[in-house]
Order: sequence, then C-alpha cells, then structure tokens
Amino acid sequence: MTTKYIAAIDQGTTSSRCIVFDHDGRIVSVGQREHRQIFPRPGWVEHDATEIWTNVQAVVEEALEKGSLTPDRLAAVGITNQRETTLVWDRATGEPVHNAIVWQDTRTDDLIHDLAGVVGQERFRERCGLPLATYFSGPKLRWLLDEVPGLRERADRGEVLFGTMDTWIIWKLTGRHVTDVTNASRTMLMNLKTLDWDPFILDAMGIPAGMLPEITSSAEVYGEATGFLAGVPVASALGDQHAALFGQTCFSPGDVKGTYGTGTFLVLNTGTEPVMSSNGLLTTLGYKIGDQPAVYALEGSIAVTGSLVQWIRDNLGLISSAAEIETLARTVDDNGGCYIVPAFSGLFAPHWRSDARGVITGLTGYVTKGHLARAVLEASAWQTREVVDAMRQDSGVDLASLRVDGGMTADNLLMQILADVLDVEVVRPMVAETTCLGAAYAAGLAVGYWPDIDSLRANWHKAAEWAPRMESAVRDREYHNWRKAVERTLGWVERDSA
Amino acid sequence: MAGRIQSIERAAAILRLLAGGARGLSLAEISRTLDLPKGTVLGILRTLQHVGFVEQDASTGHYRLGGGVLRLGTRYLDGNELRTRALNWADSLAGRSGESVRIGTLHERQVLVVHHVFRPDDSRQTLEVGSLLPLHATALGKALMAFDPLAAPDGPEEDAPPELASYTPRTLTTLPALLAELDSVRANGWAPELEELVEGEVAIAAPIRDRSGTAVGAIGLSGAVERLCDERGLRMDQVSYVRDAARSISRELGAHPW
Repeated sequence: MTTKYIAAIDQGTTSSRCIVFDHDGRIVSVGQREHRQIFPRPGWVEHDATEIWTNVQAVVEEALEKGSLTPDRLAAVGITNQRETTLVWDRATGEPVHNAIVWQDTRTDDLIHDLAGVVGQERFRERCGLPLATYFSGPKLRWLLDEVPGLRERADRGEVLFGTMDTWIIWKLTGRHVTDVTNASRTMLMNLKTLDWDPFILDAMGIPAGMLPEITSSAEVYGEATGFLAGVPVASALGDQHAALFGQTCFSPGDVKGTYGTGTFLVLNTGTEPVMSSNGLLTTLGYKIGDQPAVYALEGSIAVTGSLVQWIRDNLGLISSAAEIETLARTVDDNGGCYIVPAFSGLFAPHWRSDARGVITGLTGYVTKGHLARAVLEASAWQTREVVDAMRQDSGVDLASLRVDGGMTADNLLMQILADVLDVEVVRPMVAETTCLGAAYAAGLAVGYWPDIDSLRANWHKAAEWAPRMESAVRDREYHNWRKAVERTLGWVERDSA
Repeated sequence: MAGRIQSIERAAAILRLLAGGARGLSLAEISRTLDLPKGTVLGILRTLQHVGFVEQDASTGHYRLGGGVLRLGTRYLDGNELRTRALNWADSLAGRSGESVRIGTLHERQVLVVHHVFRPDDSRQTLEVGSLLPLHATALGKALMAFDPLAAPDGPEEDAPPELASYTPRTLTTLPALLAELDSVRANGWAPELEELVEGEVAIAAPIRDRSGTAVGAIGLSGAVERLCDERGLRMDQVSYVRDAARSISRELGAHPW
C-alpha cells in the first residue's frame, strides 16, 4: 500500500498556503503564495477572490510537487481560513460580484451604529455570542446588498451566493455551498444554540436566507474535489483560530491556546455548552466533529503584542530586528519600575475602552532601554493575564497550562515571563504550524485517516516548556503596578472623533 | 581626490600590528615598532578602544584587537535572531530524528546553547537554553571550531593553547588530537561526539553559515549511543537529517547552497 497524506489549505489574510502532513502529523512539504491587499479608501481592505482561488490551486500544486506527490496520494484535503472576510458571487457563472471585504475593513462602522440602535452593541449577543462590530460578516454582507447596484434584487431571485473564504474554496472545489459552524459563528448570523441561521437576526439585518450556505460540522466529507484535485475528499473547514485550537489538541474543557503574532488570540475550550461572557470575551464555536456535539469556546484577542516589538524596532529604532528585543531585555534583571501599556487604538478585552491611549509609565532617571525592552515583553504577558482572568471568571474553569504558537514563541524570555505572570506552565508544541495541522487533523478524522482524537493527542509533542519561577509576592506587586499603569491610559481621548 | 588622513593611516597600522601578534602589545612596543611618539599612539589607542576595535588587558596593560573589529567582516548574528530563523527547521529535525536538538553559538571559548527542542517522547525534560558547553568535548563545539576561525583552538583570540579538560576517557585532551579531529570534521562537513562529554551519549552537529559563508552557529542532535549508533558507528540517516537542517537554516540566513 502506498503511503497516504493529508493536505491542509490555509487561506490567510496575506497569503494562501498548503501544507502536506504525514500520519505522525509531521510536515512533508509546503507551498505558499501572497495575494494583493487592495485599499480603495482609508479603512477599507479588499481581496480579489479570483486571484485567491488561482493562488490556492498554485500552492496545492506546489506542495504536491515539492513532496513528489500526485493527488491520489492525498487521503483528504482540509481547509482553514481568515475569518469573517465576506464574498458574494454569481451562482451560475461563479464570478464574484465585488471584491471580498476583509475582516479588518471598517466601512460598516456607520451601519453598526444604525443596527445597534437604542439597544446598543449587545443587541444580538444572546443569540450569536458576539457584540456588533465591524469585523463580522453579517454587516459586511448587508453593506454589499445595499451598495452593489441590483444585488439585493438578484439575491431575492436566488441568483447570488454568500460565503466566507472556506465556503468559496469548498464551492470551487466541490460545487457544494456549505460552511462550517466555526466560520458561521463569526458572521453574527448563526444562533449559538440551534447552530442554524437565526431568523430574528437575518430579519433585523435584512439578509435573505436563500443566499446563505448550509451550516455543517467542521469535520465531514463535504464532497469530492473536481478539477486539479479530482477525487480527493474535501473533509474539513475551520476558521484559523479554531483550527489552531484543534491543532494544539485542546480537546478538553479548560485547555487554552495562545497564538502570538502581531496581536494575540487566546481561545479557551469551554465544553459542549456555550458560555456567555460578562467580561468582554467572544462566545464562539470551538469545533464540531461530524455528528458529535459541538464544542464551544471563549475567545479573547489582544490587539497589540508583537506589533509593540515592531514599533520599538521601526518607530524608536532601539533594535534592528524583532528577535533583538530579547537580547536587549536580558541586559537587565527587571523592568526598573517601568510599564508600557500599548493601548494604541484603545483597550480591547476585557476593558473595551476606546478612550484609552498608550502610556509608558514609572519613568525615572534609572530606566534604560533594557528596562523598556523588558516592559515591552511584560506588556504581552500582562495583557494575556487579563484575558485569562476574564476567561476564568466567565467559565469558572481553571487552566492547567497555556499552549502557545506563532512567531513570538521564539522569544524564550517572553515565554518565561508568561509562565511567571500566569503562574501556569507554558508549553510550545513541536509543530508550530498548528493552524494547518488543525485543518489536517479534522479532515483526517472525517475520512478515518486518524481513528479518534486520542490518536491525535499522541501526535502532540512538547518542543519546549517553561515553568513559573516568580514568587507570588512579586507577581502580586507587579500585577498591581500593571493595573495602575492601565488606569493611566483611560480617558486620554476626551471626545470620540466618530 | 581628497588628501589622505594621517591619523587614520596610523590607526590602520596599529590595528595591523595588533592583528599580527598572538599576544597583546604594550604601548612602548607599539610606539617603538611604528616609530611614533607614545602620546600619539596612546591617543589613537584610546579612540580605537572607545569604538571597540581595541581592548586593554586589565592585568598586563597590553593592547589587543577588540570584539568590534572581529565582527566587522562577519556580520554579528544575535543568538535570539538565530533561534527565530531556525525554529521550524529545528522542530522538524527533532521530529524526523526522534532526538533532542540544540543550536549553539560561540561565547567566550564555550558553546552557548541558544535553542533547544525536546526529544519528542513526552518524557520530562528541562529547557537548556543559556547553558554553556565545552567546545572540544561536544559535536556542536567541534563544528564551530572547524568552521569558525574565531572558535579555532589556535585562532586569533587565543593567547595560549586551550586547556582541554577531560570529561570521560574518550574526551580529546591533547591539541594535536583535537586539530586532527577538526581536519576530519572539515573534510566531512559534520562533527561527531562519541561519549566524549557524557558516557553513553553521542551527538552529531553541522555548521550553520551566513551569507558570507562564515559559520555563525551549529545545529545538532544528541541521544543515547544505542539509538544513534549502529555497528558501523553513528547512523548516516541521522547525519543526513542534521546536515539537511543546517543547510536549510543557512539558506534561510542567505548562504549559497553548497
């Protein structure tokens, strides 16, 4: 018998990638291609969905070629994707009616205020788990229906289809119009309990149900691919952060993963019941395997972590590469009394204060650039602590360890500080590509390539581990000081310009 | 063409002189050799010392080349930067080999471990980043000594032959034996360690090179002799995994494939 593999397509914000994995979850080959970021106006971000589809085909072929594989060696292909990015296309021709509107795009700001009305941002939270915000797909779809000439009429006649990037790729590969629960949970249009489109929200947002995809599980065979991957089962779809949770094998309630890039995404598995947050976290789907019960999650994102290091590099010039922040921070033993709160565009979870702006506080003549570097790394750790505390309060679940991935996990000092301030072990798994791995795992489960989630746990290996070393008195004092620093950021912007 | 600047020519002459001597030189020796007044030489030396091109020995007062001049030709690579660039390749080496992986750089005549990936068997292991290993008794150290002129036991930073401490009966403790070993490391492109630091433990390492071809570090795996050796010695499949990883990281750093 010839060896079979699983391919994962990661359709991300800046590039599309394909990674082929073997049965042990190890990387066999990688293909990658970037696509254009289209900025028609300030605050607007679009992608050309046709270009993305061309790239997806190219990266799959590149990965197969590098691994000297033919499509028949693939047991399945799985998909993970940038979340919330919104596309509408013609059912008959397959032509997009407009560029895809990317999750970062803020054009729906006014629409959000209109939709919030007198009830406010929390109007739909009870149903969909999310506050009204420009990120989510529902308002973006509404914008397209309002602004693209004739689109609403075509939608009413059933001529056009809506989808996030998972839906677009699955439709291109198999001809089926489906999405998975995790991607659907980021539209604001899905009811968390029924896992179906919510008629109340659809009505309030003015979205015709006929253009929406069928909501399915995250791991099942959606269909066989035609064309360049002819015959390969397309067997998973997960939003990128959900795929990372799955790839980190966070299968038990209380398991948390943190992805440390320019920002940080923390996702906590809360089990088979949705937990509503009173601390500004998002309630979302973790994953759903076939007809098993759906697993829910709480998500907290931090806007500025790695990007603070980039700011120190590019705007202050204290370092010449991001990795040097660790070198600089290790020239001193502590922060010298200095704290940096990078509230560059307000404070996010759990504070949600748009009137906050960043501060560097505790400055004395003693503070050196080494102390500043230390404060930069500590800022990522304390922001994580605040989100984790909110997760503990909302869910009542205590976390045992934090599983980390992303580029910043190369910073060993940051990982140690994280363990110190969270007072839990921080663990980095062997394969850093957890997002693709998660999509591969889900697809492999769906076709029986892996028998069950226990066999996936067996593939998970620690590459490194950091244990807490900070005395609790020091931790308490530092947290107290951090909170004081956060207070100093509040109320800086006195009148919202919007 | 603008005229030449005398003090820079004199500074260059002093640097050349210091680079030629195995040990440091006194102010009097430099002044005598170059036939320059002591005051002039002292002024130039202090300036060069200030920019890090010259160091003064605290006990003898002799002058020698500083770290700054040594880093001029070979762009200094930060250990944390190296880890960042090597992360995925080191993980993949640990995955393929089933053994623990370390990346080392030269630090004050020792190997500084800048990255460590656990052996993928879920046993309890401790992160060893930041620990120092002897150059002559480890595969990482031998790979550095063979391919980085600054690490060589008879290199420019050496005042006297290094003391080669013995860790096991198999440690190479004489300079001729070590130099012969380094010749063979250079010929093969990779370095072995056969129970020279810890009994029962063997290791394989290969150099990581930058754009200029200089070795800026070494990557290697280590583990039990019964897993990593067969009847002919170190297993060649494991050697090829290490060399693949070293080549991939070197390419990442801009080195030409060789």
